[in-house]
Amino acid sequence: MNVVGKRRPRTDSADRVTGRTRFVDDLTFPGMLHAKIVRSPHPHARIVSIDASRALALPGVHAVVTGKDMPVRYGIIPWTHDEYPLALERALYVGDAVAAVAAIDEATATRAARLVDVTWEPLPHVLDPEEALAKDAPKLHDEARHGNVTKHVELVFGDVDASFARADVVAEGEYFFAGSTHAALEPHCAIGVWEPTGVLTVYSTTQVPHYLHRELAHVLSLGADRIRVVQPPLGGAFGGKSEPFDLEFCAAKLAMVTGRPVKILYTREEVFYAHRGRHPMKMHMKLGATRDGRLTGCDARTLIDGGAYASFGLVTTYYSGQLLTAPLALEAYRFQSTRVYTNKPACGPKRGHGSVQPRFAFEVTVDKLAEKLGVDPIDLRRRNLLAPGARTVNELLVRSNGFAECLRRVEEASGWRDKFRKLPFGRGVGVAGSFYISGTNYPIYPNEMPQSGVQLKVDRSGRVTVFAGTSEIGQGSDAMLAVIVCEELGVPAESVRVVTGDTDLGPVDLGAYSSRITMMAGNACLQAARAIADQVRAAVAKRWECAPGDVVLAAGQAMLREDTARQIPIAEAFQWAETDGGTLGAVGSYRSPKDVHGEYRGGTIGASPAYSFTAHVAEVEVDAETGEVKVEHLWIAHDCGRALSPVIVEGQLEGGAYMGFAEAIFEQHDFRPSGLHRGPSLLDYRIPTSLDVPELHALIVESSDPEGPYGAKEAGEGPLHPSIPAIANAIHDAVGIRLDALPFSPSRVLATLQEERRC
Amino acid sequence: MEQARLETITLTVNGDVRRIAVPPERTLVEVLREGLGLTGTKQGCDEGDCGACTVLLDGRPVLSCITLAVEADGARVETVEGLADGPRLHPLQEAFVRHGAAQCGFCTSGVLVSARALLEREPAPSREAIKTALSGNLCRCTGYTKILDAVEDAARVLREGGR
Repeated sequence: MNVVGKRRPRTDSADRVTGRTRFVDDLTFPGMLHAKIVRSPHPHARIVSIDASRALALPGVHAVVTGKDMPVRYGIIPWTHDEYPLALERALYVGDAVAAVAAIDEATATRAARLVDVTWEPLPHVLDPEEALAKDAPKLHDEARHGNVTKHVELVFGDVDASFARADVVAEGEYFFAGSTHAALEPHCAIGVWEPTGVLTVYSTTQVPHYLHRELAHVLSLGADRIRVVQPPLGGAFGGKSEPFDLEFCAAKLAMVTGRPVKILYTREEVFYAHRGRHPMKMHMKLGATRDGRLTGCDARTLIDGGAYASFGLVTTYYSGQLLTAPLALEAYRFQSTRVYTNKPACGPKRGHGSVQPRFAFEVTVDKLAEKLGVDPIDLRRRNLLAPGARTVNELLVRSNGFAECLRRVEEASGWRDKFRKLPFGRGVGVAGSFYISGTNYPIYPNEMPQSGVQLKVDRSGRVTVFAGTSEIGQGSDAMLAVIVCEELGVPAESVRVVTGDTDLGPVDLGAYSSRITMMAGNACLQAARAIADQVRAAVAKRWECAPGDVVLAAGQAMLREDTARQIPIAEAFQWAETDGGTLGAVGSYRSPKDVHGEYRGGTIGASPAYSFTAHVAEVEVDAETGEVKVEHLWIAHDCGRALSPVIVEGQLEGGAYMGFAEAIFEQHDFRPSGLHRGPSLLDYRIPTSLDVPELHALIVESSDPEGPYGAKEAGEGPLHPSIPAIANAIHDAVGIRLDALPFSPSRVLATLQEERRC
Repeated sequence: MEQARLETITLTVNGDVRRIAVPPERTLVEVLREGLGLTGTKQGCDEGDCGACTVLLDGRPVLSCITLAVEADGARVETVEGLADGPRLHPLQEAFVRHGAAQCGFCTSGVLVSARALLEREPAPSREAIKTALSGNLCRCTGYTKILDAVEDAARVLREGGR
């Protein structure tokens, strides 16, 4: 390998460090209007009437749209269409959108939005998921079949009751995971541009342009062939831009109504209310083991606070149970998960969708089990490893599995043997593990088409252009595509141009979610690049009278394998190939395996081409006087199959672990009884600064997966999971308390310490 | 739309002298991004919390979203676009590229100018001093590790006469 695995800079980083990257809000168009959205001040209220006359009378105002202008339901999951772009009859949370105003500038639009007179009839509201399940609770969605239940899942694998009867030791707990939000630094933004020819272009901060494309066509009743979605690089997303929002529909509709380009940029407060972040979950987790430390069974019950809309909730509900069955092997497993509607901003996918919360509960319970058994928690995990090539108890096929190596790496790097149960009071170490999908085998809407497509255009100048529908959201997917092209065609990085995030220019890719791009678009790109490489090698071989297999494309040259002094510049080799076969170009596509899931309802959810594995060790210092937890180190060992770009992979390990640490110690997306957010700003919703973060030690493990491009698997989401339970377990090692609820704030730590002393 | 009273101010932005008329409530970030087309400076919150809009005012880092343009009258303003020496990247920028310190890049402009101000006044900062100097610049992607590594590395290059 000449390029894969080398510590090279990202191809797009020069733009990032010079301010040249053009994000959506950096774009302007001649005659562009600005729009603001009118939002509900009530957590639940009927819209009696909307009178826009005062707003329309304000000089500079061009148009107002309301729910009646787009009375079409949509939703990211085809089976749960429960939203309107602008609420039609009822607002279901503080912040629910009801109208949008376009004006000559942002200040005028803001003023005009305040002049839209909405007459409200406030209705009783419910914020707590348990109260939402009560028979007399206010009902959010008339069409929901069972009260406020979005989705209920109950799955049983093996004889769970017998597994507990067989267990010598049982550990369990009631856990609470507070919600958290993405807080990407770039606020959501969209620009609608309507062309007189009847073509709509929407520039958006979406991380799933293809799904936005479909929903725009559906809601606006326009042919999809007349809609173009452009997604410039995003200033972070983390799952928070995974579905259409009110602003894309409103910018599009207002552009169609006014004939002018229309931009909508969320304020930071609006970003907090748009949310779609981590679901609060109440979990009961129970694990049994035999005396020699073999896990027998697991029983999990989870109540999921969904907020006002379904969002990805159907998937979340499954993920909350389906993604607990590795890295430790379970003989029997049962889970019941229920997601309910409440009058708060809808929750959705945040990095580690649906599985971060139960993973916290599971790994802390494993730690409790180890304590009861008197076994080192790393050793306990080693006794329960999934066999290579095994299927999990819920029938997920796990091929490459570097979890044992992850444990070894964190054990060694952290000095675990000298620290666990050996540090003075107030200091401790904790361990946790996890696994995650590298993309989901099934698209959100059922179809048999590829999940990713890539087109390559190869120029006689030596330049290669990659056209893909992938979404660069900061994670480095453009650079990943360039690495593959450089490796296969031997061109230097400067000769590769990557064009992504534009539905007019690139073939469909399903988007930046479920950690799927390296696996899926990477494989599509590999296929296309190899098709070109074959043509080029054949053309060179013909002229050199050798076998195509003897021609190597590397370092900007085509050369003879046995005599590398014999070489020509790659551009010339491309010209020979073009002479022989005509214009050079190739397509590649990736279809996920469809035959590897369990044959039960829901068996497809959690099925992935490959699974990543992670282990963390956290080292903490707990101040028993103040309750403050200082996380000093996080060792992060992650099996990404193969690191195509180690620098990028390390960045994902560090960034993921940081985000988990932030949820453990700082963050809580919380609401007042009135339905108002407790602190919708980056001052009150504290995300860690450079002074707060632990030393992060990224340790790459490479198990080489048979399905991944060059063996690669995901690195974007897996490395977040173990941070939280590893910190919880380290706190236990430090001061002997179990924190079963997040975040581990000084007040909670102190209260738990005091409770412990009383006992 | 009441008739706003305009004030004429002079800014030296990345070395270019600019005379512009602005309403008194206009912020510096609006003038830079919308008036002068310098979109390298970002707006992440518009209330002084995130640091993405950091620019240097007479060499001192300020939050341009809560700085009125009229307050900057007569001052030297440096943004991320002014960091490179013509076509040559600043050692800080080169170090950020080398270390992968920019992921999404949205906070990067503000981080870079904060780091530049630090290295101007303290050529050999400790890691703790770098953390303190950057503590007003939120980053949501990196966990800061690679940013800190890059600033340390750039400081070394500058001390060794990199520029």
